Amino acid sequence: MSEEIKTLTISVYTENNIGLLNRISAIFQRRHINIESLTTSQSEIENVNRFVIVVNITEIQAKKIVGQIEKQVEVIKAYYHDDHETIYTESCMFKIKSDLLFDEPQIQNIIKESNTRIVTVNREFFVLEKSGRRHEIEALRKELNVFGIMQFVRSGRIAVTKDEMKITELLAQIKN
Amino acid sequence: MRMQKVKSYKMNTETMETNKTAATKTERITGCEAIIRCLIEEGVDILYGYPGGAIMPVYDELFKYQGKIHHVLTRHEQGAAHAAQGYARISGKVGVAMATSGPGATNLVTGIADAQIDSTPLVCITGQVPSHLLGSDAFQETDIVGISTPVTKWNHQVTKAEDIPVVLAKAFYIARSGRPGPVLIDITKDAQFQEFDFSYKKCTGIRSYTPAPKVNIESLKTAAELINNAKKPLIVWGQGVILGEAEEELKAVIEKSGVPAAWTILGASAIPTSHPLNVGMVGMHGNYAPNKLTNECDVLIAIGMRFDDRVTGDLNTYAKQAKVIHFDIDPAEIDKNVKTDVAVLGDCKESLGLLLKELNANSHEDWHQEFKDLYEIEYEKVIKSDLLPEKEGLTMGEVLKEINIQTKGNAAIVSDVGQHQMIACRYAEFNKTKSNITSGGLGTMGFALPAAIGAKMAKPEREVVAIIGDGGYQMNIQELGTIFQQEVPVKIVVLNNEFLGMVRQWQQLFFDKRYASTEMTNPDFVTIAKGYHIDAKRVVKREELADAVQEMIASKSSYFLEVCVEKEDNVFPMIPSGASVSDIRLS
Repeated sequence: MSEEIKTLTISVYTENNIGLLNRISAIFQRRHINIESLTTSQSEIENVNRFVIVVNITEIQAKKIVGQIEKQVEVIKAYYHDDHETIYTESCMFKIKSDLLFDEPQIQNIIKESNTRIVTVNREFFVLEKSGRRHEIEALRKELNVFGIMQFVRSGRIAVTKDEMKITELLAQIKN
Repeated sequence: MRMQKVKSYKMNTETMETNKTAATKTERITGCEAIIRCLIEEGVDILYGYPGGAIMPVYDELFKYQGKIHHVLTRHEQGAAHAAQGYARISGKVGVAMATSGPGATNLVTGIADAQIDSTPLVCITGQVPSHLLGSDAFQETDIVGISTPVTKWNHQVTKAEDIPVVLAKAFYIARSGRPGPVLIDITKDAQFQEFDFSYKKCTGIRSYTPAPKVNIESLKTAAELINNAKKPLIVWGQGVILGEAEEELKAVIEKSGVPAAWTILGASAIPTSHPLNVGMVGMHGNYAPNKLTNECDVLIAIGMRFDDRVTGDLNTYAKQAKVIHFDIDPAEIDKNVKTDVAVLGDCKESLGLLLKELNANSHEDWHQEFKDLYEIEYEKVIKSDLLPEKEGLTMGEVLKEINIQTKGNAAIVSDVGQHQMIACRYAEFNKTKSNITSGGLGTMGFALPAAIGAKMAKPEREVVAIIGDGGYQMNIQELGTIFQQEVPVKIVVLNNEFLGMVRQWQQLFFDKRYASTEMTNPDFVTIAKGYHIDAKRVVKREELADAVQEMIASKSSYFLEVCVEKEDNVFPMIPSGASVSDIRLS
């Protein structure tokens, strides 16, 4: 197993309970691992949550961490994958002064070419939203930064795996 | 008011009897009464704790139920946690500790952390401020769920009375199943007062939790083949064997295969000390032969142990020549510290039972001879002078030897942390399992005195001897009050060298004898014990020792024995921290 540090996506299926986020994040903290991003939401199964955690670690570390995560009573299953094994995206929003839309015509080109969506426009500001890979979002931010950005925010990574994750079957097995 | 409440208690217990036959029947009771009823349903006979504001409603119920469940008032919540641990360790049952919110709850934390790292089943119940005050920095409010998260197997805060039965059922199930551990349930005061329709159903499973993985027959067969073909196999077993109650299975495996078997501190007593295939303790102060030969065996079979750093020393030079087979119930332990060639997951009672059928009979006589030869070296260089000293000062080893003689190896030995602990684990003779109760993973000084209380109360028929250093004794010395009030006939031996001995030993060996803050000016321990009306004696000379130990063991009540031992003795053998097991030092 590789000892090279790489970007890994850890997916965790859990019960939807208070305090579980603490329990899971503590596993990283204790080992002095910085979490690059963490997203939690409802999963494909009713009442089952999914965490998507991005970390830069070795596979050896990832295997141990996944073991520690799975050990938590309210965790159903955890996996780790590298970037080739997942389809992933991030999303971001920009708030920009409305004047710029008329004063700086390039902005409209940037919006078109980058497939960015306009969420809202009013007299004071307009809001852009884009989903994509980190480098696309970074490129967009750099382009818009020239004109001035009032607010910028980027979400953590969300990812689905190319392989199947048989959580429903697993839950059915446990029930039987 | 009081009269009324007593009346309702009588009524409730009557309905409880009938409840056993009709489990689905509900009755309207308060949350605090429900807590007691849940404990009774889970078979709890004794619990340890300390009252306070946020847990008072529960104590009021304990008062009413005192014929059915015995609450032991310790002198400090840490004492309650350790007593519950002692109770659990000797009996295999879940220990229960109770405390109020705030400082009561935080005082439990050391015991909870100790139980977590030593896999001890514990349910701790803490009171919490009323739910409307949560997060307001109310009097004695502390986020004990947050604080205890990293040191509990599971924890939960209850804010509604109706959740109490389900949550407590889950708590007991999680604490005792799979790899056991501590669970903390925090219950707000308003939930304790609320009335609801009570019924109790034991928890039998949780969908996100697999207590024990299924044994994989393929890996079991691969393991058996490796063992059958091995020329120099070595078993190292740990507490998993005791927790899984697989002592008989392990014994059968080692007797059939003839594989020499060594133990970790927490595995001690699973196989009798005198068993010919028992080759002693591994680890920092373990025996010479099993440590040395760890780096010469061709197959290392780890059973219910977790390759703690105090067992392995330097991992880069640990058993590199050997194929490693790891039997464990916890998948997270596989490859955590030592890379395993074959992992056999599952409950070792089952896996060892299946392994036995696959094993060939063998005796490995030449290989055993290597253990015997190294034992002779250890005996000459260390054991002889520990047990049969010729110098004037008393050794800790000779005290253990006298205790072995007087108890015939039938006692449960509860040790604290430090030099005396290593000596106790090295030299105590064990005939029965669950007899070595000590703080292994966390190394909690102050553990032994309260843990001995819990152990003796759980198994009154057993002789329980606490062996404690003068440092650790003073960390929970207040529990003498519990021993006195509860009349717990526990035997307390303090091996007094007027030093924090283990730290002093390290200072001598690694810090050029700079004894920074390790010398202790101690009080008169005998007078203190007598202050609690505990029979007490001090021994300073060798010729007094045997009689004093005999008198202590013969006593029907609690007894305190202080033995003033040589001040600057060291514990050997020793694997210096970070060194290889094969670099174990005899002096």
